[in-house]
Amino acid sequence: MTEDVDLAAAVGFVEPRLSAEFPGLRLGWISAPAPRRASPRAVVNRLKDLSSRYRGGSVVAMRTQPIPSAYRTFFRQIGLDPDVSRIPIEQAAVLRLLHGQFRSSNLIDDALLLGLIETGVPIWALDADRVDPGGPGIRTSLSGDRLGTTELGDHLEPGRLVVADANCVHALLFDDVAPGHGVSSTTERIVLFSVGVDGVPSIHIEEALWVCIEALGGA
Amino acid sequence: MRLLEQERSALQVPLPSPATVTEDAQRAARRTLRTQIAGLERQLAEAFVTAYAMGGLEHPIGYSEQPRLLDLGELEQVRDDLAERLRAARLRIAERADEHAANRLCLERMLLEPGKYRFVRISREDLGEPGCGAWQVRPRMGLIGMLMGWWQVKISSGCPLPRGRGLPRP
Repeated sequence: MTEDVDLAAAVGFVEPRLSAEFPGLRLGWISAPAPRRASPRAVVNRLKDLSSRYRGGSVVAMRTQPIPSAYRTFFRQIGLDPDVSRIPIEQAAVLRLLHGQFRSSNLIDDALLLGLIETGVPIWALDADRVDPGGPGIRTSLSGDRLGTTELGDHLEPGRLVVADANCVHALLFDDVAPGHGVSSTTERIVLFSVGVDGVPSIHIEEALWVCIEALGGA
Repeated sequence: MRLLEQERSALQVPLPSPATVTEDAQRAARRTLRTQIAGLERQLAEAFVTAYAMGGLEHPIGYSEQPRLLDLGELEQVRDDLAERLRAARLRIAERADEHAANRLCLERMLLEPGKYRFVRISREDLGEPGCGAWQVRPRMGLIGMLMGWWQVKISSGCPLPRGRGLPRP
């Protein structure tokens, strides 16, 4: 599978105004073929092994660790309350405590989850057919912007932070992908993207994407 | 002559327009507020972890928002809310610490003079300690001890075993 993957993660654009306000804000993305199989035993076992890393005490103390702390701080700085809209790694940890383990669902979701757990950096997957070849980036929404390209997507108020490409908005920052832009049964290729903030080293973003690619390759 | 040249060259330096100055000042102010928010968030996280062992903090009431670039006023609001939450968290920690200290003192007195603290029960949780278990003043030898004034502090046997009650008998 890795022969169909461009080995270098690309750096997505960030609107200059946002870069000036948040120098650490960045987006990395990579394209890969969409797998057409269930999660292999190795991925399921890896999730099980990782489940044992997360206990009540470690989840409580998670917010004091550098990477979750960086995302929590950024959430506050963009008007989100991380105690209401949890940061992705805390959301995964809470679900782990509720379910007793990291639940395996399908290969792509499992790969995204693995990347998140291993690095603390969230990753999302888009249907590559919906993404402009220039790749996604981060900008503020403009008047008339809509989430996604289908009629299911809500209209966005101007000034919202979004993940978008030259053609359309794919998601609100740190939110779910727009309806119709996620991976479906007809998806041939996927675009994985990750968002880094101030306090998150770039190597973690690349590492998150590569853990994900490795899992998708049937590691 | 030389001085005159210097003055002329100084006059040629373009001065920043008031609009640019205001914009730069506002950006610097926003950066300062973001730094303050980051510091408060770190302190609040530490307070949260400290308070967890003491019964935890109240969950903040909030509602879901969309990510956006906050202006100066909104950043100030976020900072002030965080500062207030941190103050409340520290107050709660201090109150709980005082309660634990008072309970610890009570336990020491119970151990010295159990007869003055009849049937008083102090759990590990009351002392801010993890795990199960409690100290309770009980009469020695039941009713006889009560009548004779023989009081003692008994320590419970700790947490229940994880094996449960077992299968019901057929």
